[in-house]
Order: sequence, then C-alpha cells, then structure tokens
Amino acid sequence: MADNLAIRLRQNFAFLTALALFGVIYALYQVAHPKGFSSAVLVQNGNEVFTLAMVAMAQTVPVLMAGLDLSVGALMTMVDCFASYLLSGAAEGTPLALDVAGLHLALGTLPGGIAGIGLGTVICLVIGALAGLLNGAIVVYGRIQPIIATLATGAIYIGIALFLRPQPGGKIDDDLNWAMTNSLGDFASTVHIFNDGAAPWFAPFAWIPTPFVLLVLIALLVWVPFRRSVTGRTVYAIGSAEGAAYMSGLDINRAKIAAFTLGGFFAACGGLFLAIQTSSGNADIPQAGAYTLNSIASVVIGGTSLLGGTGGAIGSIFGALILRMISFFFRIFDIAPLLQPLFEGIILLAAVSIGALRVLRVRNTLELFR
Amino acid sequence: MTALPARLTLSRDDRPILIAACFIVAILIAGTAYTWQRFGSAPLLSPNYLLQQLQIGAFLGIVAAGMMLVILISQIDLSIPWTLTAAAMMATAVGGAWAIPVGLAVGLAVGVINGLGVAYLRVPSMIFTLGVNAVMRGLMVAHTGGYAPQTAATGLMRNLASGHSFGVPNALFVWLAVSLVVVVILQRMALGRYIYAIGNKEAAAYLAGVDTRGVTVICFALCGLTAGIAGVLLAGYSQKAYQGMGDPYLLPSIAAVVIGGTHILGGRGRYLGTLIGVILIVLLNSVLSIMEMPEAGRQVIYGGVIILMLLVYGRGERVTS
Repeated sequence: MADNLAIRLRQNFAFLTALALFGVIYALYQVAHPKGFSSAVLVQNGNEVFTLAMVAMAQTVPVLMAGLDLSVGALMTMVDCFASYLLSGAAEGTPLALDVAGLHLALGTLPGGIAGIGLGTVICLVIGALAGLLNGAIVVYGRIQPIIATLATGAIYIGIALFLRPQPGGKIDDDLNWAMTNSLGDFASTVHIFNDGAAPWFAPFAWIPTPFVLLVLIALLVWVPFRRSVTGRTVYAIGSAEGAAYMSGLDINRAKIAAFTLGGFFAACGGLFLAIQTSSGNADIPQAGAYTLNSIASVVIGGTSLLGGTGGAIGSIFGALILRMISFFFRIFDIAPLLQPLFEGIILLAAVSIGALRVLRVRNTLELFR
Repeated sequence: MTALPARLTLSRDDRPILIAACFIVAILIAGTAYTWQRFGSAPLLSPNYLLQQLQIGAFLGIVAAGMMLVILISQIDLSIPWTLTAAAMMATAVGGAWAIPVGLAVGLAVGVINGLGVAYLRVPSMIFTLGVNAVMRGLMVAHTGGYAPQTAATGLMRNLASGHSFGVPNALFVWLAVSLVVVVILQRMALGRYIYAIGNKEAAAYLAGVDTRGVTVICFALCGLTAGIAGVLLAGYSQKAYQGMGDPYLLPSIAAVVIGGTHILGGRGRYLGTLIGVILIVLLNSVLSIMEMPEAGRQVIYGGVIILMLLVYGRGERVTS
C-alpha cells in the first residue's frame, strides 16, 4: 500500500508540483486582492481562464501520444465564429444560408429560443469534433506527422473562420451570456431552476462560478472516462512506445483518431465559451496563434511531457490557471503594464527550465538522448 | 546528386523536389491561363515580375534556410517571429554604421541562447524557443513602450533590401549568399554530416564521437542569425521596424522546409528542396493575390496545398514493430 502510494506520487510528481505551485500563488493572489475570496473575483478568474483551459486540454491529448496539435487555436476560433451565428437565440429563429461563389444555398432555419440554443450548441460541438476527426484521419491514413498536418489544417480552419466572420461581429443570446459567465446563483435565476436560485439548500453553492463548474463537469464526464477506457490507455501507450503498443495488439489507429477527435471537442468547448463570453465571433489570427502557443505552455507547466506517455488533461487545466495567474498579479500589484510580457516570458522560460534539473541526475550521458 | 543507376530512378530525397518543381510549373500555367483570359496579359511570365516576387520571397527564403538546419537535427525554432523583430528594432534603434552588425548580433545571441537551452538544459526545443520568443517580445515591448518605434532603417539596409545591382534585386544576392553558406555546410563540411547524423539518431551520433551539443548550439545560432539577417532586410524593405513584423514568417518557413522534402523529424532533406518550397509558397501567394482571392480562401488553399503535397510524397512509414 505504501509502495503503491510512493509509485503514484512519483508518477504524478510534475502534476503535484503544478498543483502545489498553483495553490500557493493563488492563495497569495487572493490574500493580496482587495476583494479577495469573493465570488466576483472567482467569477472573473473563471471567465478569463476557461477558454485557455479547454484549449490546453485539447492540446494535451495529442501531446500524450507524442504528437502536437498546431490547429487547436484555429479550431477554437472557427467554432467561435460558428457559435456567433448559431447562438443568437433570436425568438423568431435564425435563417441559415451559405453564400459561396455567388451561389445562395439556404440551409433551413434554426429554431428560436431554448431549442435553438441547445441545437446550436450541439452543432458547434459536433463541428469541433469533426474538425478533430479530420486531423486524426489525415495523421492516421495520410501518415503525415501530426505537427505538420495540423499546421496545414489550422490554416484551413482559420480560413473557414475568416469566411464566416471577415469582420468581428455576430451576437449571442444575452441570457445565455449572463447564465454562463457568472455564478451558479445567477445561472439558476436565469434558467429558472431551484426556485430561481433562491432555494435554501442551494444557497451554499450559489457563489461558485459557472465556468469552474463547467470545467469540472467536462473533466469528470469526458476526460476521466476517456482516460480509463482502453482507447485512452492506448493513447498513453502510443506516447510511451508506439511499436510496443502495436505489438501488444492495441488498436493504434482508432486511438489516434479518437485522441484528435477528443481534442477537437475540447477546443470546440473553448470556442463556444469564448463566443458566449465576448458575445461575438472574431476570426483573429494572432489570437488563434497565441492560444495555440499558450496551450503548449500550459500543457508543459501542467506536468505533461512533450515526449508523450505521461501527464494528463487535469494537469493542463492547472497549467492554464498558472499561466493566466501571471496577468492577474499584474493587475493587483500595479506593475507597469509594459513589463508584463517580459515577466510572462521570463516566468514561462523559468518554469520550463525547471525540468532541466533532471540533467543533473543522469549518470550516463546516453540517458539524455531519449 | 547520387550517381544515377542505369534505370532512371529518383532517390528518396529527390522525388519531393521534382514533384514540388512540377507543382510550381503548374501554378505558373494556371495563373497565366487566368490572367490571359481575364486581362489578356501574362505578367507571371515576365522576368521583372518574377524577380520582384523573388525579392519578396528572399525574406522567407533566408528564414527558411536557418529553419532547415534546425529541423534537420529534429528540433524546431519557434522564436523566429520576435528574434526577427528584435533584430530589426535594435538595428534601426542603433542606426549608423553599426545598425547591421547589431541586428545580426541580436539574432546570433538569441540563437545561441536557444541552442544552449536545448543542448545543455535538454528542454524540448518546442517549448524552450517558445519561452525565448515570449522573453524577446517582452523585451521589445518594454524597449518601444508598446508603440511602433520611431527610428528608421539606414540607407545601407534599404539598399540591401530594395536596391538593385545589374538589374537584379540586392535581396536576392543576400539570399544567394546565405544559400551558398548553407549548401557548403550541408554538402562539403563535416558539420553537415554531423547534422544529418544527429537528425537520424542523436545517441548514435554521440557514440560515434560527434559533439552533438556543440552542433546543436551551432544550428540554433545559425538559425537565429538568419532570422537576424531577415529582420535587418525586412526593416530596410519597409523603411522601419514594427511590432509583429516576424509573425508571417514562422509557419510559412516551416511549411517551405517540409514541402521541400525535409523530414519534419530531421535527418533527411536537401537544401534545393527548401529553395523550391520557398518559391512554391511565394508564387502561390502571388497567384492568389492576382486572382483577388480573399484572405479566407487563401488560408484554405494554403493549408490544402501543404496537405496535398505531403500526401503525394511526405507519407511516413507504418509503425509495425
């Protein structure tokens, strides 16, 4: 039992370090914040971190099998642009049409109200998953390296996003925006459940920010079951040793496609939330690139090895939290905003260089070349 | 070029280059057919127009040359955007005779830092260069105060970037010089052999007595240097340095190297391929802009072409053991 615990601790060392680091700096932040430990601060933090956390989770899955997905930011942006059409929540419904090369193709009408929003959400998530599936299919059947395949599909997704939203615009249902980006109490009163959020038993939970609840739900209902499934374990096995996984009779192709599809789904969740939060769609190429790069940083800070095989999506959530926390600190400590990018860079560089400590431990230089 | 056997077969490294070259011809034919039908002229085939396109392509070509060295040792340099921008900003800030040396030194210094981090700290290059990129961005934002710098490029920088000698843009001569250096390194020097060896299997190269860490540092240093050269030239071309001037060069330079047949995991590829890859991307862009293709369509076609090219010749082997 004690041995078992020791092994588990050692296996999750990087994740636990990230967790501890997050705990310490977040406590510091809350203490230093004038309105620390209030629901409002938590809600703000939750909104700022949700999209990056989802994109980081999306990045984690391919990284676990020693691939890299350079299209997560673009995919997220594409879903963001789709959502700005599909989640307008107009009462009379939203007519959908495709104008391409002078042709006008009517695609029917999205129903209004709750049904329309629900359907729009599902369509957005399906689009994201399909885009992830395309990535996986190109990697598996095209046998192209993930990093370069997703570099190309990323350009395609950004192209589709630009086609949808040449200029930022669109609209998201106001109630949806309010319900998703505030506390559970506001959520309940907007969707009229639990006696409009006034039920006595509900009071102790009313302060919890909705984005955090969504994060936990997605992690528990999607990531944890996936990780425990055979397909999920195959993803880890591919990252450790693809040849050995193949010889063990694992279905490698299925696991690879599933991993990219899941990544697409996570990124779609992020894009959906970004659209809801900003109440618009924006095909912002630099922003998409920044999300992709920050997702890689979050994954690494969260304890997942870029060489594959160890780590997990929960760690990446904390990686994203740590990364975003840097800018939180700048706000409360009143440091010149011009220095913020420099500090972000130095902290990122320092964080990833901590992994270099293992160089001091190797007994044989050959161990370095793995 | 390896010795041709009696039956005309192409080596594994030459096939991509030939196909990419055919694709360039196809782009030229399609573009000319379009302009002929629409405007009744064939600007794509005029030497002046091609030289002008190549001049613009020189910046990408110089970056891609350095990127190729790094990719060949199965690393990657994501710090290109702000290395390039920092070199340009420092060069214009210093000005005078020292502008160009300072710009190049900035690029070289960043490259050496990248190399030291990757080779000695053993941090994956993907993430270390990303961190260095963020630091350089931070330094430049602090330096310029977040505004576009007011300093202008020196006369020599402008001349190198947009002047002409013997009717040929000077930028092309710079690209040619960089290309010659890379070709000599890869084909005629022991360093080149080491680079390919490390890309194939670093442990084996180490056991064979190669100073793999030193070679890694050199490759990153050269990559930083080429980014510095491109930054100095680009600042000369647009008369000044500006935020985000390096952003459009990162992904296209990787794409150009890979389209040219260099394996993204290193150890394989010829410099001629990278040249062809750069020309392909530049011509594709110029044909699409002649067609007045909106940015959305450009991105989709750009991604589609990369996938198509790799499906034709960039497919990996199936893992079966």
